[in-house]
Amino acid sequence: MTHLATSRRTAAPRIGEDAPRPDGVPKVAGTFAFSSDLHHDRMLWGGTLRSPHASARIRSLDISAAVAVTGVHAVLTHEDVPGSPNYGLEHRDQPVLAADVVRYEGEPVAIVAADNPEAVRMAIDAIAVDYEPLEPLVDPDLAERADPIHPDGNLVRRINLVHGDQGVRGEVQVEGIYEVGMQDQAFLGPESGMAVPAEDGGIDLYVATQWLHSDRDQVADCLGLDTARVRLTLSGVGGAFGAREDLSLHVHLCMLALHTRRPVKMVYSREESFHGHVHRHPARMWFRHHADRDGTIVRVESRLVLDGGAYASSSGAVIANATCFAVGPYRVPSAHIDGAVVRTNNPPCGAMRGFGAVQTCFAHEAQMDRLADALEMDPVELRLHNALAPGDELLTGQTITGTAPVAEVIRTCADHPSGASMAVDPMELPGGAGRTADPEHVVRGEAFALGFKNLLFSEGFDDSSEASCRLADGVATITSACAEVGQGFVTLAQQITREVLGVDGVVLLPASTDGIGSAGSTSASRQTWMSGGAIQEACGQVRVQLLDRLAFEHGVDAADLVVADGRVVSMAGGLEVDLAEATAEPIEASVVFRHAPTLPLDGNGQGDAHVSFAFSAHRAIVDVDVELGLVKVVELTTSQDVGRVLNPLQTVGQLEGGAAQGVGLAVMEEVLVQDGRIRNASFTDYLVPTALDMPPVEIAALIEQAEPGAPFGAKGIGEPPSISSTAAVAAAIRDATGLDLPRVPVRPTDIVFPEGAA
Amino acid sequence: MLNGRQHVGVSVTIATTLEDACAALAAEPGSLVLAGGTDLMVEVNRGSRRIGNVVALDRIPEIADWQLTGDVLRLGAGVTFAEICEPGIAALVPALAQAARTVGSPQIRNAATIGGNIATASPAGDSIPVLAALDAVLELRSAEATREVPVVEFITGVKTTCLTPGELIEAVRVPVLDGPQEFCKVGPRNAMVISVASLALLVDRSARRIRVGLGSVAPTPLRATQAEDHVSGHIDWDNGAPPEPEVLREFADLVAGSTSPIDDHRGTAAYRRHAVRVLAQRSLTRVLNRVSSS
Repeated sequence: MTHLATSRRTAAPRIGEDAPRPDGVPKVAGTFAFSSDLHHDRMLWGGTLRSPHASARIRSLDISAAVAVTGVHAVLTHEDVPGSPNYGLEHRDQPVLAADVVRYEGEPVAIVAADNPEAVRMAIDAIAVDYEPLEPLVDPDLAERADPIHPDGNLVRRINLVHGDQGVRGEVQVEGIYEVGMQDQAFLGPESGMAVPAEDGGIDLYVATQWLHSDRDQVADCLGLDTARVRLTLSGVGGAFGAREDLSLHVHLCMLALHTRRPVKMVYSREESFHGHVHRHPARMWFRHHADRDGTIVRVESRLVLDGGAYASSSGAVIANATCFAVGPYRVPSAHIDGAVVRTNNPPCGAMRGFGAVQTCFAHEAQMDRLADALEMDPVELRLHNALAPGDELLTGQTITGTAPVAEVIRTCADHPSGASMAVDPMELPGGAGRTADPEHVVRGEAFALGFKNLLFSEGFDDSSEASCRLADGVATITSACAEVGQGFVTLAQQITREVLGVDGVVLLPASTDGIGSAGSTSASRQTWMSGGAIQEACGQVRVQLLDRLAFEHGVDAADLVVADGRVVSMAGGLEVDLAEATAEPIEASVVFRHAPTLPLDGNGQGDAHVSFAFSAHRAIVDVDVELGLVKVVELTTSQDVGRVLNPLQTVGQLEGGAAQGVGLAVMEEVLVQDGRIRNASFTDYLVPTALDMPPVEIAALIEQAEPGAPFGAKGIGEPPSISSTAAVAAAIRDATGLDLPRVPVRPTDIVFPEGAA
Repeated sequence: MLNGRQHVGVSVTIATTLEDACAALAAEPGSLVLAGGTDLMVEVNRGSRRIGNVVALDRIPEIADWQLTGDVLRLGAGVTFAEICEPGIAALVPALAQAARTVGSPQIRNAATIGGNIATASPAGDSIPVLAALDAVLELRSAEATREVPVVEFITGVKTTCLTPGELIEAVRVPVLDGPQEFCKVGPRNAMVISVASLALLVDRSARRIRVGLGSVAPTPLRATQAEDHVSGHIDWDNGAPPEPEVLREFADLVAGSTSPIDDHRGTAAYRRHAVRVLAQRSLTRVLNRVSSS
């Protein structure tokens, strides 16, 4: 593990210093209260009846037997939804409860509140639904031609990106078809929360989520309530990774609580959770790269089909990313990318770390290796030769005005010495604890991959975050609705406040919709920039007010005053005021922070649609037992464009965690769907990497070039680690085996029976 | 989040002696027998198994111990996989310890018992191939009687056994063999994975025999007897010289041919058959290298 250079470690870390998470020890010790630990003395338990069919008509629904179960207080159906029957992030196209049809396996049909979970279960079993099963639409390639499975049609969004001179052809062309399976976010804390009816007829909802205000607006709509009467408070989040952007049990809990006038708690089981949130879009991708003999890429053509499943969720934004970043961080003067996301009766897909860029990175990096092969060129040299740089144009016609240290990211990662030795113990070889391999059964492979994506929301979205700072008695109190989902905002908010105000005492209030405006979503690598920026500005305004006040009171120049160690002193000497005394009368400021505006994409997928970009590279070394098709990732080395490191400890955590999800997608993580039904809805069969699967992450370099417009110049760092890691691991397996391996996750049979014998 | 105290009409007997446990089972023959709970509670929490009355065995000292008598090892049904991984047992039945190490995570191995693994009777049960290769004998007990059944007869199908209502597993007896042992397990993750195919290969020097047990490639515990017969006759037992490559191949083919695997979401039948063929070759090579070097 690379030890990052850090300055002093203090009890109250500031920008650039290690800030341990306050919830770290409680989580390890088991004392942290997750949303599933909520309790109320008068609470009822809630549960959900879900569709067993991927596609069916509901002929009739009879709840009478369920209502009669002892201990049951409410059984509600679509007829009981008080407001809008539908919700959704971009399109309100998803029913709160299914009415006449179900469009995916696990779609909620009815909800129950009862005295205990067993009565809930019995009531759910007692609901009689007469389904007429229909042939599910499960092949995304057929979706656009098939009968619509939803009134909004089967095409959720197509972006036909046309860039540059369409007549260009390369002397060398390489072509490939690639596929990415459906990955799950696999958070550990299942969907859970509690709704408590309020005296004003409104509702208080305690829930684990990524965006409180978006949830509130959708919940209020569905409840037919004014947003002022719907208050959401963030509860302990057990991981998110995109899976908590959409509503799950939110409206259900509120309906049950309002109906029974009792607090209602709901916790999904693990199996239910797999049906209860969106997944990463499976993708089918065709690419043709054109290059000159010297390795200069002159044109890329591509067709992308993403399977959005039954409802739109954030599919529209995911296909925009997949399309805009389809070729990777390379100069490509001519391109035609046809990106489509379609509706099927498969499980709904939406946001997951990397958001569209993961799928295309796997494909474009395979293409780069293929091109290097065809040109007999070193694959790293080919990437360097075509690497984007500041001032270059993207596929969208947008010029990169911020930092883009792509060449530095490539060089530092590729040049980093490897520490990988060859293992002898079968436990350390492919197969691990199963002891299946000896060293002579193993071949080693090594490969390199590069990726990038946008930071913050794109395409003209009015993206904002509000924060307030109140400095009283020497202590700063920060209010923000930013959802802490594990990304580390709790430490950053305090570090930024200390840095700007010069105070040590900082209180971050619980995140809620009460008393503060939206912080936007904890996604798109955006909260450090957006909510960090809001806090930086709010604290800056408080600082100005404080110094102006003291300057006025004491007749000195405000520019001469500094805050340090709990005092305000004048640099010229003569003035020293205790900060607590100086702020006995509180000083407050509230800020709504916005990033630079963006524009929508035009009909050709052109436009200045994005704010900023972050780049990362991974080099993977793998051992493969070719005979059994088993893989051990031996080493992962990475460099990343981070703008500036704000919390070194957390930076390492993000780079390691993101890479672990990338390794998972490369070699094991897949929601197996057959005829629209999930076959592995458990952590017994949905496999994520263990300590024997995940190698140490070597951080070759964190490239620190301050990004204009970002607080302290820091870029978001959460997503890039999960983008290029998958591509690098898959390429290393190709290097070891000589196989094409056009699909991730790479399964043992893909290696053992490459011709598809079984 | 279902937990015990919220269930309706559940009685739990926490037995502290075998006699108590058998009496409770006799009184309510349909009771669920709970040991480590690592299989049972997963099914309960998933809703695929209803809990009625429960008899808990985890506080019965008599079944938590093991004894070596002569060259027979007797493992109480409550011995955990963590204990089997310890040197005391591992030195006597190394393949069983290797199999135990592949069971779940440390937390699972601390709770899961050998008796539970046998009674669950999953085709993927990690201890089963080793027990089959060892000709393990189970001691069954009820309030009225005791009886002994070989493990290969005890498991009658996928997750079905010959246990009668009121009966439980008290212990399992295995021989301590003279010779190296191997257990190998294939799964798409390097730890904490359900077996897609597994193989136990034991050398029985005094009987001049190779014993092979297979997992996840048939509905019930499987001995590759034809392969055993063939290869045992081709080994140079006196000098330990490695067999011809052709013998290795024939042995592996016979092992693979003895299986009747299925396709499921964890692996295909063709892959499972292929995998045990590979494991057969590799494990035989490993043990014979050790035989010849010792």
